[in-house]
Amino acid sequence: MEKPFAITLDPGSSLANHTGSWRTSRPVYLDRLPPCNKQCPAGEDIQGWLFHAESGDYESAWRHLTKDNPFPAIMGRVCYHTCEGACNRGKLDESVGINSVEHFLGDEALKRGWKLAAPTTDSGKHVLVVGAGPSGMSAAYHLRRFGHRVTVHEAGPFLGGMMRFGIPKYRLPRDILEAEMQRVVDLGVKVELNSKVENILETMQAGKFDAAFLAVGAHIGKRAMIPAGDAAKIIDAISLLRSMEGEDKPMLGRRVVVYGGGNTAIDVARTAKRMGAEPLIVYRRTREKMPAHDFEVEDAIQEGIMVKWLSTIKQANESSLTIEKMALDSKGFPQPTGEFETIEADSLVLALGQDVDLGLLEGVPGLQVSDGVVQVAANMMTGHPGIFAGGDMVPAERNVTVGIGHGKQAARHIDAWLRGEEHVPAPQREVATFEHLNTWYYADAPKTVRPVLDVIRRQSTFDEVQGGLDETNALFEARRCLSCGNCFECDNCYGVCPDNAVIKLGPGKRFKFNYDYCKGCGMCVAECPCGAIKMETEEI
Amino acid sequence: MSIQPVHFYQTGTFTVGNRLLTPEERSVQANMQRTNSLNSGHRACQGCGEALGARYAIDAAMNAARGRLIAANATGCLEVFSTPYPETSWQIPWIHSLFGNTAAVASGIAAAIKIKRQKGQADDVRVVAQGGDGGTTDIGFGCLSGMFERNDDVLYICYDNGGYMNTGVQRSSATPPAARTATTMPVGPEPGNVFGQGKFVPAIAMAHEIPYVATATVADLRDLEYKVTKAMGMRGARYIHILVPCPLGWGAASEDTILLARLAKETGIFPVFEAEGGEITDRLKIRRKQPVEEYLKRQKRYAHLFGKKPAVATIARLQAAADKNIRRYGLLDQEAN
Repeated sequence: MEKPFAITLDPGSSLANHTGSWRTSRPVYLDRLPPCNKQCPAGEDIQGWLFHAESGDYESAWRHLTKDNPFPAIMGRVCYHTCEGACNRGKLDESVGINSVEHFLGDEALKRGWKLAAPTTDSGKHVLVVGAGPSGMSAAYHLRRFGHRVTVHEAGPFLGGMMRFGIPKYRLPRDILEAEMQRVVDLGVKVELNSKVENILETMQAGKFDAAFLAVGAHIGKRAMIPAGDAAKIIDAISLLRSMEGEDKPMLGRRVVVYGGGNTAIDVARTAKRMGAEPLIVYRRTREKMPAHDFEVEDAIQEGIMVKWLSTIKQANESSLTIEKMALDSKGFPQPTGEFETIEADSLVLALGQDVDLGLLEGVPGLQVSDGVVQVAANMMTGHPGIFAGGDMVPAERNVTVGIGHGKQAARHIDAWLRGEEHVPAPQREVATFEHLNTWYYADAPKTVRPVLDVIRRQSTFDEVQGGLDETNALFEARRCLSCGNCFECDNCYGVCPDNAVIKLGPGKRFKFNYDYCKGCGMCVAECPCGAIKMETEEI
Repeated sequence: MSIQPVHFYQTGTFTVGNRLLTPEERSVQANMQRTNSLNSGHRACQGCGEALGARYAIDAAMNAARGRLIAANATGCLEVFSTPYPETSWQIPWIHSLFGNTAAVASGIAAAIKIKRQKGQADDVRVVAQGGDGGTTDIGFGCLSGMFERNDDVLYICYDNGGYMNTGVQRSSATPPAARTATTMPVGPEPGNVFGQGKFVPAIAMAHEIPYVATATVADLRDLEYKVTKAMGMRGARYIHILVPCPLGWGAASEDTILLARLAKETGIFPVFEAEGGEITDRLKIRRKQPVEEYLKRQKRYAHLFGKKPAVATIARLQAAADKNIRRYGLLDQEAN
């Protein structure tokens, strides 16, 4: 073609100019570990299931959640949700109501009758689970999904363990508990109730089990040496909570003193209040030192439960207790002051912690017990090959969520062990901290607070205290998730690149960089709301 | 605000798109089929605010004009980095004019199209003129004022980075007070650019009482697209002034380009508003107000203000100018978001 005057070259596109060669560092996409996931004792991928809930796809959210934890309706009620304490949104306005969305998903699943995915393989192995509490049933669920046959032996007459005998009805309605337990049983888990395992090795031999997971819990209430008159009525907290499940409700009288400062003490006091009593908690240290969760203490105080701080019980009589006042020393330990007082009490409930019944482990070679709990290795296996243990009977924090997490971990290790392998957990990803986020992009959106049963009603009845969210506010709440460290396809990187060096791959497929043109300015990293991109130095 | 805010999709209206929004609720930039008017391979510096602003604006104009658009481009960074002979980054009909006559060239194109349409030889084709602050506020100002005065059917877009950047960062009449440039060195009793001179062309454009005048920044994409789209829906002379941070000339980190644009707006240093027929009709409110230091200290052109003895009086004068903008344009509001 003949060119105009002074023109010697054909017009070309700047695409010939690979500006990527200017770069000294490159952006890369990554998935960081959200703090909620890191915190969850049950190892839930919280950010992952919220992602589905955000688009209103509750079934996918529930299926994603139940990969790790088969009991969302229970969790949504009784979990102490330390995830919310770790939530980055807490530093922005208020943390995401993870627990209330879980509650909603759990209830939605029960309402719609969603079933857990049935196992697709059969390994031919048979695993014994001892104890049908949170840890045992969680292990049973995961083992079953790995394709193993599972038989659960439970000493008591019902499924649920401490979730039934330790958690009052106002926190966990029994129909919810039963429905979620039944869903695990429906996967083909065999359950033998009222069948206490007296000797683990004999039971394993008799049933030809290939491995066992022990999760008998801690049911024996600790006693304190309190001098007591013959007529003094003293009962331990666990026995009291257990007897609430039977026909004959315990007779406590009007003035009930609960001795202890843990969550169980609070549960007992709130239970007594609902039975018409006037409970008083006696605790030897101060509120700040109390092991019970602060929101539980707050709920109890709102319901009119009195607490006597810095006090120990020296003597119990028929209708009174002698109390000694304590003072904290410089190290924060309570020391007796020699000042006494007498308070009226019809009964005394001891909530001083629980011990494990280790009878079934007698004579098992290799097994190690110290401080009243069974020692386990990192793979949850006891000193005896093939016997694993978890939940309240091993050294750990004692709560339902931890127990469920133990069940999952143990199931993975048992599965690997049965195949003669070792389960190596994936290396933990780097954590998405608040500093990784660009919070400019998040609109202010306060937390949707679940309806709380009004105080008068909850003082006198066993109705559930925490209500649930409905669909609109659950969706709103899920969408408050900042998606820390994980791309949620906001298109920011695609938009803000001055060099068109970000390729949008389409819905659900995220993005990729076109390193031919990326100059490495870092704007995509700076403007990514959730911290899912980082800069890496180029090797030059 | 005239843009409809979208609430609670994690990020509301603030991000470019979001998988939870319907396509209509997303920005033009979120679209996989956006024009990419200014394509990859251009030679702008890392983190160039002007390259970004130009793509934002022209993609939105192309979208509004359904792809029938001609752009005239003044000499300046944008022209130099996008069209080194014989390559071009432009994926639209584009003409390079002289430094000072872009507005006149665009007026001519608009006149030609008008005649061709009258003769039935062409469909409607829209005209955009664009240039930097040098080509707009200094060298091209006469032609621009003439275009306004004749109410020619052109949308003029000025990308304001506060100086002549590609020739080595010299002062323009849009360089802010106290800023260091190659020709306003930080020496003497009042270091950096002088106070009290320079022009704010959006206000001058309003004085021409043309149909539409707006300001925008690269930090508020939705607002920018809304304004370009609105301008393209009108006829006559229209003017949009976009603040585009320059990492080179401002002495800022390349990843801070959008942050600086955002801070310019949040401090009140750069008022974001729109006006019709010479009257202000709306403004983008400050969302999280910041003191001017937050904006200044990230830029080496203001480093002399933060030496061993901070130039407290100068910073106070800049703060006073920002506060005046806030009052004059009504930028603060109690209702957040």
